[in-house]
Amino acid sequence: MRKLLSVLSAAMLACVLAVVSPVSMAVAVEPDEILSNPVLEARARHLSAELRCLVCQNQSIDDSNAPLARDLRLLVRERLKAGDKDDQIIDYVVARYGEFVLLRPRFSAATIVLWLAPLALLGVALLLARGVMRTRAVTGGPAEQLSADEKARLAAILDERAGND
Amino acid sequence: MIVEIGHFALLLALAVAVVQMTVPFWGAQRGNVAWMQVAMPASIVQFAMATIAFAALTYAYVVSDFSVENVFQNSHSAKPLIYKISGVWGNHEGSMLLWLLMLSGFGAAVAVFGGALPLSLRANVLSVQAAIAVAFALFIVLTSNPFARLNPAPFDGQGLNPILQDPALAFHPPFLYAGYVGFSIAFSFAVAALIEGRTTAAWARWVRPWTLAAWMCLTIGIAMGSWWAYYELGWGGWWFWDPVENASFMPWLAGTALLHSAIVMEKREALKVWTILLAILTFSLSLLGTFLVRSGVLSSVHAFAVDPERGVFILMIMMIFVGGSLALFAFRMRSLRQGGLFAPISREGGLILNNVLLTTACATVLIGTLYPLFLEALNGMKISVGAPYFNATFVPLMIPLLMAMPFGPALAWKRGDLPAAMQRLLASLILALVAMVAVFAVAYRGPWLAPFAIGLGVWVMAAAVQDLLVRSRFGDLKFDVAFARLRGLPRGAFGTACAHFGVGLMVVGIASTSAYRQEQNLVMKPKQTVEFAGYQLTFEGVAPARGPNYVERQGVFTVSSGGSVVTKLYPAKRVYRASRQNTTEAGILASVAGDLYVVLGDTKDAGAHAIKIYFHPLVRFIWIGAVIMFIGGFLSLSDRKLRIGAPRRAKPQDTGNAQTA
Repeated sequence: MRKLLSVLSAAMLACVLAVVSPVSMAVAVEPDEILSNPVLEARARHLSAELRCLVCQNQSIDDSNAPLARDLRLLVRERLKAGDKDDQIIDYVVARYGEFVLLRPRFSAATIVLWLAPLALLGVALLLARGVMRTRAVTGGPAEQLSADEKARLAAILDERAGND
Repeated sequence: MIVEIGHFALLLALAVAVVQMTVPFWGAQRGNVAWMQVAMPASIVQFAMATIAFAALTYAYVVSDFSVENVFQNSHSAKPLIYKISGVWGNHEGSMLLWLLMLSGFGAAVAVFGGALPLSLRANVLSVQAAIAVAFALFIVLTSNPFARLNPAPFDGQGLNPILQDPALAFHPPFLYAGYVGFSIAFSFAVAALIEGRTTAAWARWVRPWTLAAWMCLTIGIAMGSWWAYYELGWGGWWFWDPVENASFMPWLAGTALLHSAIVMEKREALKVWTILLAILTFSLSLLGTFLVRSGVLSSVHAFAVDPERGVFILMIMMIFVGGSLALFAFRMRSLRQGGLFAPISREGGLILNNVLLTTACATVLIGTLYPLFLEALNGMKISVGAPYFNATFVPLMIPLLMAMPFGPALAWKRGDLPAAMQRLLASLILALVAMVAVFAVAYRGPWLAPFAIGLGVWVMAAAVQDLLVRSRFGDLKFDVAFARLRGLPRGAFGTACAHFGVGLMVVGIASTSAYRQEQNLVMKPKQTVEFAGYQLTFEGVAPARGPNYVERQGVFTVSSGGSVVTKLYPAKRVYRASRQNTTEAGILASVAGDLYVVLGDTKDAGAHAIKIYFHPLVRFIWIGAVIMFIGGFLSLSDRKLRIGAPRRAKPQDTGNAQTA
């Protein structure tokens, strides 16, 4: 497995995904798995995209061909048929396989940084950008600080803009 | 013998790089012209040596010399020639040699085309470039020697991983590496500027073409990987937020930000400090990408700890270069004088917003990629961060970026007029709203975000075209006069419009295919026909077929539309003889509206097969968009102002006014 992985990554593979498991090249969701109720089936697909295939690299059970992914897909569908709600099913799967199975980590003490970082960083970046522009304005000073040369250039620019409009 | 020559050339490249790293640097410190001039011949010789080493390894692959361990492990005599060649970089050792080759190639290009650079700057740049080469040459020589021999030589090789035996994937790594490594030039320029303690607007003008070239290669490299994933992985996925993908996407995001901030620095002498930092960060992310992929840390922190030799080495390289350059940055930052004043609503302001959003997006990808590793190292807790996380965080950052994108070129430098820009873009806005409503009316199902996203894409595309038309004053002047003005616009303007248009097209493709993909899973008996997405598909059965180094079971499908046969599709399940590995090959029919995509599944009773049929609407816009972005980069690169090595002739007035008019 390690060797195979190193070969794969060697080529900076776009994705080490489906093909890593040379077990069976069946294509993810099989016809016999599909539920007859289209509403339940749609929910099953939606849930499957959120759950990780545990033997693959970063692949959801919806995309994976591994037998274990199939087992999980069937499990999800069984729970759906039993009338479970989406979050009940997620809880059920997490209870059996741990948080690792979730492709969207839950918000918790351990993932608080993960979830809040993008927003926090955006805030910091915007503040920094504002800071850059504010110091600009301050050091730039008001118009009376313009030299005669700059005033001439300003006039030329304004003329040109007026000509354009 | 030839292999030994290659090995020897590699050692010589290392030795030359050591000289190139030290002598010109001291020359620049002491003002010794002769020492500084060593940099130019040294970088050319270093490139020549790396080329000989790489050619020698390629030769060993072409003639299938299995006494070379690397060839034995990654090649097979029955492979087609093209995959024997691509096998050179289809493994760890060979790909690192390619890395080195490209690194020295970029260095030699600076030496050859950088005639207009001040001597000391050129000496410092090439010396930093050589320092990177020394690190990677040492890495190859000490931990990843591709020239090691086997005795006795095996009869045949173990074969290249069949996944890599594919045209798109064969040339995916060289483009990706050219992108990664190309950013090293921006890095070397940044560090050289910090060493000298000063930058000029000219600095940005010298850095931009290299960054642009690297960015173009990375764009195409990533697009190739995504295209490959689309047709090879068997269901039409084209992006997975896999850590390996993220490793290449992060430098792309940072590099895109760098391209834009370098414009501000060049035109307005503003954002100097930030642009230098961004140049350092972009290459640091390239190094991080190399570390992530090379060290095995991605599969698990534990896998890394078991066999840490290579990983630790690259980690050290990364720490020295990232840490060193950031320390130098912190130390010298104050000596860089800021220029150019501007109001928040201005082209500078727009480019800053671009940088804010792109850098935040890049940081988000970084955090999402590394978080599981940190958490595992910290307290052993294993979590997954997958596509749902990135879709929830990355996409919201892209929406304001796309909304703001058309305003950038429409605003004037220094102080822009937002209502005027809005008025200028009114036609594009109307077009975008019409597209949004039309998509909503036609599709009526699927996520609400999809019509909005398609509208955004149309907005970006239309505004790119409109910007060119407004600049050449169509509608305002007579047609032939305006057309003459259009032809007179600088190539850079076309480059910007083209690249932005490509982004818009890609957004439309992504939104359409993500939201409106159709899919059907079924079991089909031979001669059975199914109606799907306006096509009639008849399953004719399965037949065996063979290629040069594989056998396959080929499904045959006749596709008709409106009673007449359109084409036949041959999705297959393939087994490679050397490795006994399987791949699936999808049958794809491309049309303007989208791709019909057929996959052959397992055999059921009596010749029946599990079949998957998809329709991916407008999916090709994604890669066509990438190609258009590449062309945009090429147009900008061919602009006289940016042409590598073109003498500086621009007087301030003929660059500034053409852009702001």
